[in-house]
Formats: sequence, C-alpha cells, structure tokens
Amino acid sequence: MNALRTRRKGAEAQRNRRVGTEANWFSLRNLCASVSLWWILIFAFVGPGYAKEAAPLAQDEVTEKRMVAISTELRCLVCQNESLAGSNAELANDLRREIRALIKDGKSDNEIMEFMVNRYGDFVRYRPPLKGTTLLLWFGPALLFVGGLAGLVLYLRRRNTAIKDSPLSASEQQQADRLLNTTEPK
Amino acid sequence: MNRFLWPLIGFAVLVVLLAVGLNLNPRDVPSPLIGKPAPAFTLPKLDTPSQTFSPKDMLGKVWLLNVWSTWCVSCRQEHPVLVEIARSRTVTLVGLNYKEVRGDGGIDADKLNADAEMKLAIERANSWLNKHGDPYSLTALDLDGRVGIDYGVYGVPETYIIDKAGIIRMKHTGPISPDVFSGKILPLVAELNK
Repeated sequence: MNALRTRRKGAEAQRNRRVGTEANWFSLRNLCASVSLWWILIFAFVGPGYAKEAAPLAQDEVTEKRMVAISTELRCLVCQNESLAGSNAELANDLRREIRALIKDGKSDNEIMEFMVNRYGDFVRYRPPLKGTTLLLWFGPALLFVGGLAGLVLYLRRRNTAIKDSPLSASEQQQADRLLNTTEPK
Repeated sequence: MNRFLWPLIGFAVLVVLLAVGLNLNPRDVPSPLIGKPAPAFTLPKLDTPSQTFSPKDMLGKVWLLNVWSTWCVSCRQEHPVLVEIARSRTVTLVGLNYKEVRGDGGIDADKLNADAEMKLAIERANSWLNKHGDPYSLTALDLDGRVGIDYGVYGVPETYIIDKAGIIRMKHTGPISPDVFSGKILPLVAELNK
C-alpha cells in the first residue's frame, strides 16, 4: 500500500513536474512576448528621438512629404544605388536640407528637379529624360525585342520552306507501301 | 560552320560589351557644368577670413579650383602632386575647403556656433597646410557645403579647370595623379592659355 502510494505520489509528482515545465515554458513564451513588446514600446518612444538627431525634421508635414516624394526620384551620388530619400550619406542629408529650403522658397517640383540636374546631371534622376543621348536607353529593349521577333519569324519561314512536303513520286510511293504492308517478323 | 559562327559572334560581342562596361568607373559622373560659367559664390578666405573670394576675381586667368578637406584621405594622397604643380608655377591653384568641420564625422558641428566652427575650421586647415605644404594661392572656406552643392561636388577631392572667361572646361573627380595632371590637365591648361 505504502509502496503503491509512493509510486502514485511519484507519478503525481512527475505529472506535476511536467505541468510545471509546461507552465514554465508558457511563462517563458509570455516573457518573450512581453520583452518584444517592451522593445516595441521603447522604440516607439525613443525611435523618433533618434530620427530627430539624425536629421532635423521639417516642422510641417507637407514640406516633409514633398521632400520625400522628390528625393525618392533622385539618386544619391555617394551610394549610387540608394535614393536620396533613403540614403544616410552626408551629402544626401545636405541635399535633403536643400530641397526643404527650396520647397519653403515656393519652388515647384520641376524647378527643384532642375536645380538638381543642373548640378549633378541627368544621372541624379532615377527616370532619365528622353533625349538624344538616352534614345538607346529608352528604346534599346524594344529594339532588341523587335529584332528578336523579326529573327524568329524569318527563321520559322525559312524552315517552313525548307521542309515543305512535296508529293511522293510513284516509285517512292511504292516503296512506302511495301514497307508499310510487310508484316514485321515476330 | 555557319550554325556555330553566329552564336560565337554574339558571344564575342557580349564579352566585349561587358568588358567595356566593367572597366567604366561608375564614380565618373559627367558634370553638367562643363562649358558653363563657374557658379558664383562669395566665401571667406582662409588666410584673412575678413576678406572674401569670388570666382570673378580670377577672370583673365586659367585656374584650378581644387575641393579639399583635412578629413579627406584621398586629398592627402593627391596633395604632393598639387604641391609639385604649385612649385612648377604652371597654373594657379585655388583651394575650396569643403565642410571642414561638418564633414568630419568625429565632430558634432550642431553643438558649435558659427564663430566656433569658423575658428576650428581655420585652425584645422592651417595646421594641415603647414604640415603638408600649401599649394594654393588662396583657400576659400565652404563651411556648410552649399557652394559644393552648386558645383555638383559629391566627393572630395574634385578639381575644376576654369578658363580665362570663367567657364568650367573640365572636372576631375578623385585625386589628381601625376599621370592625370601631365596627360589631361596640363595639355588643356596649355591650350586655354594660348
């Protein structure tokens, strides 16, 4: 009886232990969730502070939005695969400041674009303008496509004429019949 | 024969195109300012900050505007070449010190007022020129980099060759090597001086 009790006790303890670890695991997951929640909260409050330190934000949102819209169209010349909006380069920072100033001066988007192109050339624009030197850039792919298509059509036509089936001559017909009619030896 | 010839030619053309493309320098962005008047500016001089310099002061002369900074590593590399150019007296060099304080990542320029920034910039620039030699007939101080933007500067060093009429004739990005000077700059200067 005692032995049974201890065994049962043991089993109970084991079960408890299992529940216990489950509970531990559960609270661990909770802990993880709350930790990440904390991080989110920390960043939610601290994040804007960081951003402010990196680049002084314009007071009004409209200017900022326009600045971002313009600068996403512009290439950062220091890190050439990044837009001016996304770049952390010093020059990008300066140019964003310049764009803000131009917006405040009441310049239109086109005028700001011109300001940039006059200084850094067409390369600064992610959408190159259509002009003599960029014709190949704009129409090169279409040209390649049309060329390829023409080549394909030409090739298919030539192949068609090359394998045009002419009617069999009498002797050829006979030979074919003979071949078709002979039963294969088993 | 013909069947293999065309793909081979296509492949060869592709190889040539890629080889040329890979050997181009992506940093070599053509400046839209070439053939245009050098953008006007008025900036304090390094030696006498109470006085200012403008590109129009150089009218009638062929000159080089060299954008430099003490925090710029490549400037240090090109500096002996500039000193040599100055010694040979072939062409007048004007320095444009670009963002001396703000460009240095180690200094928080926001914490300095304008006077302190100017003072620090002069101190740094002068000690650098004293140490490595001063090839410039004068240096203008572009503390906030706005003149740099007008000139389309996107990396230091950059050098502009400006003719007697004040027109930019060439821009060289990156350090000037002796080869670049004797091969590209000197012939142009000689032609412009004619």
